[in-house]
Amino acid sequence: MKEIKQKMAYHPILLGGIALIAGAMLVFVDAGTRGPIADRQAEDLRASLTQVVPASAYDNNLLEDTIVLHYPLEYADHVAGITFYRARLHGKAVAAAFEVIGMGYSGVIRIMMGVRSDGSIMAVRVIAHAETPGLGDKIEEAKSDWITHFATMSLEKLTRQQWAVKKDGGEFDQFSGATITPRAVVRAVHKGLAYFNAHRAEILETEAPHG
Amino acid sequence: MADYRQIMRDGIWENNVVMVQMLALCPLLAVTSTATNGLGMGMATTAVLLASNLVISLLRNIISNEVRIPVFILLIATIVTLVDLTMNAFLHDLHKVLGLFIPLIVTNCCILARAESFASKQSPGPAAMDGLMAGLGFTLVLVVLGGVREIIGSGTLFANASLLLGGSFSFLDMRLLDDYRGFLLMVLPSGGFLALGFLLAAKSWLDHRKADLEKAAARAAEIAAINAMNEENALEDGEKP
Repeated sequence: MKEIKQKMAYHPILLGGIALIAGAMLVFVDAGTRGPIADRQAEDLRASLTQVVPASAYDNNLLEDTIVLHYPLEYADHVAGITFYRARLHGKAVAAAFEVIGMGYSGVIRIMMGVRSDGSIMAVRVIAHAETPGLGDKIEEAKSDWITHFATMSLEKLTRQQWAVKKDGGEFDQFSGATITPRAVVRAVHKGLAYFNAHRAEILETEAPHG
Repeated sequence: MADYRQIMRDGIWENNVVMVQMLALCPLLAVTSTATNGLGMGMATTAVLLASNLVISLLRNIISNEVRIPVFILLIATIVTLVDLTMNAFLHDLHKVLGLFIPLIVTNCCILARAESFASKQSPGPAAMDGLMAGLGFTLVLVVLGGVREIIGSGTLFANASLLLGGSFSFLDMRLLDDYRGFLLMVLPSGGFLALGFLLAAKSWLDHRKADLEKAAARAAEIAAINAMNEENALEDGEKP
């Protein structure tokens, strides 16, 4: 054993052999957990969609009736595109839900918004953020009702100037001690709404790709 | 040779990863905003430590000295990824909270330290024991620190424990201070440093007190022995005439 260990070839073979075994283990476990993980993620997605588009508003499968657009939107991933989940009642598109991204005080704020086919907001919810606890986290529905004030807002209802926090001459409250966070959310929602309006026909009318 | 009691005492108290070796502070400060997060992270790290120590100990005779570090890192990274995938699939809600920190267990230097300084030189039994105990010692600190920060920071203890341990543990989820506005500093990382400082001071104080007591006891025994000897001498002297 000692002599074998001294040979130069022993080291790469050992490292390679262990890498091979480790790789095999990873493949095995990945195959075993892929299904459950996908299920959990679908559940998460469904849960966040239900928050912005109430289940009573549609009768189709929101998760399957999707369309991906690649027009540029601030902070969005242009390669992956933006996925729109269409809500239909009796076959007619009534709303679409999609995710927009705001750049907050400590990085990305993921926001899910539901918009009616007439361009008014159904609801907006923050899915994930890393804002300061106690200050910026009032954008969560669990912490404050601030986020619910977006409901029924639309581009017609508020002018460009009004889509801002009060400090900037707009309609939305800021929080004491945190202006950057609500500013980022208002901006992202406004951009998202403008995006929806610009491509409304395409978002609502295009057939979902089957298969 | 392998003294399990000593390994246990070393891992949990005398050579504690955090309180004595000052390793693994990054994950410690990052996740301990609540006791539940600390417990989850501690359990994940313990599982990784146990598995990595065991595997490395089993392979210690074929791993050559020259490539041991890459082999250790490869094994640790594999185990962490396995834990990450398994948690994501079966403890999904907890994974959402800890998700960011699980892959970082790879960079937790205490795991490589245990592999290098203990597991690679010991047989599987003691190595597994050492991994388990070092992990439990780490978990202990995580839970205590998380608990302290959670109570002071938000007035709760073990919030969302049922996400981690299942619905039957929801009794752990306590709101200790009603109508508490929260103390932001303790939730932020700087509060973690503060709490850790007090924890280290407390451990040091306990150790010093123990040493002092032992010293006093030894001294008392010595004095008693001298007294006994003197008495004996006195008796002997008394008998002489």
